[in-house]
Amino acid sequence: MSGGTHEHLVYMANQIARNLAVLGDEEAARETAEHIQLYWDPRMKAAIYADPAGLDPVAARAFAILRERAAAKAG
Amino acid sequence: MTYQRQPDFGTPESHSGETVTLTIDGRETSVPAGTTVMRAAAEIGTSIPKLCATDSLKQFGSCRLCLVEIDGRRGTPASCTTPVENGMVVHTQTPQLQKLRKGVMELYISDHPLDCLTCAANGDCELQDQAGAVGLRDVRYGYEGASHLGQAKDLSNPYFDFDPSKCIVCSRCVRACDEVQGTLALTIDGRGFGSKVSPGMASDDFLSSECVSCGACVQACPTATLTERAVVEIGTPERAVVTTCAYCGVGCTFRAEMRGEQLVRMVPWKDGKANRGHSCVKGRFAWGYANHKERILNPMIRESIDQPWREVSWDEAFAHAASEIRRIQAKYGKDSVGGITSSRCTNEETFLVQKLIRAGFGNNNVDTCARVCHSPTGYGLKTTFGTSAGTQDFDSVMQADVILIIGANPTDGHPVFASRMKRRLRQGAKLIVVDPRRIDMVRSPHIQAEHHLPLRPGTNVAVLTAMAHVIVTEGLADEDFIRERCDWDEYREWADFVSQPKNSPEALQPVTTVDPEELRAAARLYATGGNGAIYYGLGVTEHSQGSSTVMAIANLAMATGNIGREGVGVNPLRGQNNVQGACDMGSFPHELSGYRHISDAAARKLFEDDWGVTLDPEPGLRIPNMLDAAVDGTFKALYVQGEDILQSDPNTKHVSAGLAAMECVIVQDLFLNETANYAHIFLPGSTFLEKDGTFTNAERRIQLVRKVMSPLNGLADWEVTQNLANALGLGWNYTHPSQIMDEIARLTPTFAGVSFAKLDELGSMQWPVTDKTLAIGTPVMHIDGFVRGKGKFVVTDYIPTDEKTGPRFPLLLTTGRILTHYNVGAQTRRTGNVVWHPEDLLEMHPVDAEDRGLKDGDWARLASRAGETTLRVKITDRVAPGVVYTTFHHPATQANVITTDYSDWATNCPEYKVTAVQVAASNGPTEWQEEYEALSERSRRIEHDVEPAE
Repeated sequence: MSGGTHEHLVYMANQIARNLAVLGDEEAARETAEHIQLYWDPRMKAAIYADPAGLDPVAARAFAILRERAAAKAG
Repeated sequence: MTYQRQPDFGTPESHSGETVTLTIDGRETSVPAGTTVMRAAAEIGTSIPKLCATDSLKQFGSCRLCLVEIDGRRGTPASCTTPVENGMVVHTQTPQLQKLRKGVMELYISDHPLDCLTCAANGDCELQDQAGAVGLRDVRYGYEGASHLGQAKDLSNPYFDFDPSKCIVCSRCVRACDEVQGTLALTIDGRGFGSKVSPGMASDDFLSSECVSCGACVQACPTATLTERAVVEIGTPERAVVTTCAYCGVGCTFRAEMRGEQLVRMVPWKDGKANRGHSCVKGRFAWGYANHKERILNPMIRESIDQPWREVSWDEAFAHAASEIRRIQAKYGKDSVGGITSSRCTNEETFLVQKLIRAGFGNNNVDTCARVCHSPTGYGLKTTFGTSAGTQDFDSVMQADVILIIGANPTDGHPVFASRMKRRLRQGAKLIVVDPRRIDMVRSPHIQAEHHLPLRPGTNVAVLTAMAHVIVTEGLADEDFIRERCDWDEYREWADFVSQPKNSPEALQPVTTVDPEELRAAARLYATGGNGAIYYGLGVTEHSQGSSTVMAIANLAMATGNIGREGVGVNPLRGQNNVQGACDMGSFPHELSGYRHISDAAARKLFEDDWGVTLDPEPGLRIPNMLDAAVDGTFKALYVQGEDILQSDPNTKHVSAGLAAMECVIVQDLFLNETANYAHIFLPGSTFLEKDGTFTNAERRIQLVRKVMSPLNGLADWEVTQNLANALGLGWNYTHPSQIMDEIARLTPTFAGVSFAKLDELGSMQWPVTDKTLAIGTPVMHIDGFVRGKGKFVVTDYIPTDEKTGPRFPLLLTTGRILTHYNVGAQTRRTGNVVWHPEDLLEMHPVDAEDRGLKDGDWARLASRAGETTLRVKITDRVAPGVVYTTFHHPATQANVITTDYSDWATNCPEYKVTAVQVAASNGPTEWQEEYEALSERSRRIEHDVEPAE
């Protein structure tokens, strides 16, 4: 693996989603979101929010879930 | 206390539940059936003279000194081989016995040097003691025995001398090597008067033999035949303090035997529940680093890493460190700093470092070296069972019928436990080894694995899924256990998944390279062979699917009902001495002590009320994330206690780039380690001999570390952290580590019953220790149910690593360690252990070597997509074609220049075990090695002419 931090973060998110893919897309997205919520530092999440390019569909859905949760909590 | 040997009852303890009553010298006593007369006498304080008997070894009956008379029996039987019987009346001292013993002793002494006054064992010699005990006053045969006097000493071993002239051929050393260590390196050569102890073949000395220098023979020797070199040089000890070894996760307890503040020898403590009186070459002998000339004893600072170090006072160092932390936080934000706790430090020190970061730095940027070893264990076992720890105590292995070792090399990594395991295997337990290499446990004297599955590195999940396929599809699952103890629906989902044809051993063979029939046989044996116990190590965790593999192991154990009793279980073999403890103490960025998530408001409030601060509810950065953030410019300062991330962590170039990007790196260590090359502040550390505290071993056993000498640098590590905290204004006032443990117990439910006083009284405790457990805690977990409630089956799909071999990098490199070295070698490289392993070597299969024109001992260039290094080749068929192997103990090699950023999907534990590489002939160091050596040399300059500030 090579590339910068952002590329690394995208790889990590996709890797989590790929390992949970056996659960089916929607469950995998929810579990990926849960995992990132529990284990990622806020700046790592913020970097992906700022530039989600490269996320595969399940990982992208996971970040959408995280955004929805954050919005619900804020609002 | 004044020096005394540990009591020796002569023969091993009997564990029979039946009691036998007998009379010894007029005193009635009751002992378990199977006890020998010798032991029964010793237990009531009657010492029957003996030489060949010692309680760590089976009775032998050769010296004929321990004779007794028994009413109603003819002759004078040996008390060491005579079991007690009800109503037996024994006499241990009669005129007849006295005469016989004296006669025996005369024969021994007639062929033994009489240099007692200048002998290293003077005052600590059983032969001398027994000569006194039998009243020997003269030897009728003279003193010039021809058989043993005047023989040459074998001084080849760096730690002990072998003086055959002093040998009485009691065979205790040979039996210790066989029974305790299980190496069988020693033998009695010759016959009759010509009998001699011999290591290996006639041409061998101790160093060239198969001896692993565990010290069991030295401990067993009743004379000065095998004597620690330190005793020869210093003299016999005058006091002993029981403490805990600071090497691997077995957690052996030792008597540190002292003369003043000088350590004379470390002798395994027979009452230690982790090691049961045994030791390995590291714990027993490799403590010389504590006084090594390269230890740094004064704090040092410098403005930038290209400057020489400047020695300063402790006060100046603490004030400077605190001001740098605050300056950086003011400039870059509170989250721009963090720290790393150490698995080599005590629980109390680790707890303080994470407290400093959470309460003092105001963030959760704390991580620990378990990130790069057993973080997947924490994740996987917590998910499936509910607790981030192994399920058994070490004693449990003696009840196992089938032992499955996967991704572990116990004879090198956890040698004392490996000896227990080998003892059980010699008793008849069956062994399955899943490992790419033919480790010693696959085949060694008296040990032969039933099945060795030499899988391709990176395919653990596929192999375990295939084993699960066999167990489920052949109807070998324990459905009663599963229905009672686990979530049945989750089991069905998992069983359906593993039953799919794509998960059969045959279908997965192209991936795993494992013979399907062998795999099927191994699965059947594990499922049906009685108590099945799994032991695993970093060959499981250090993969991109490390956490999945841990969960796949847990699935197997649950599916076969191998959880919740003695003899079974899932047992991670922890690498460093306090990996378990460092994880328990809240060292991970997402967890408080006792594995409570930082987002748990109730748990957070406990700490907030106790510490008087508000805690950040968001997880902090892990070590690799810290380094990424440093390269990105958002992470600027790091406090590293007792770790050397530059050498131990993967992709050295990335680690060095991260460290170089920081404005303040604070290293607390014994030596100027590799990470210190990039440090701005150096705080000298203290050894385990110089402080009080506790370590927690791989079986969750908490044991006291006792201070046996004053810290050479003036402060124990916990005091250094406290002073740094106070320079940051935290106002801590611990006066002893026991107060820190009291705080841990107050805030951590699984440690609720732990205190130094209780540990002192009980010897050790295994968490959880609560008012619902035994006083000693919980030796075996999940007996009545899983901690999480129902055991959770997790579907673990095999996802191949993204680290691929190809034309440029056609081989797979896997890394590990060797018996004589520990982790990055900072300690063991500064001991006599270097005689066995002076450099890292690259193990390579003969076919691969021949393809490249390499001969044994040739220099080779090892290259991956991350970097390259050079090292010498060792040609061996222990590795399969296509696989190469090396260790990471020597900074000159920097094996982690080769390893990559790939890591476990759940925890970021690095994928050390799979790196695509190429190997080619080489005639010198790489550019990186030359540059790094120059940097190291520059970075380690110290200006000694500056007076420390007051």
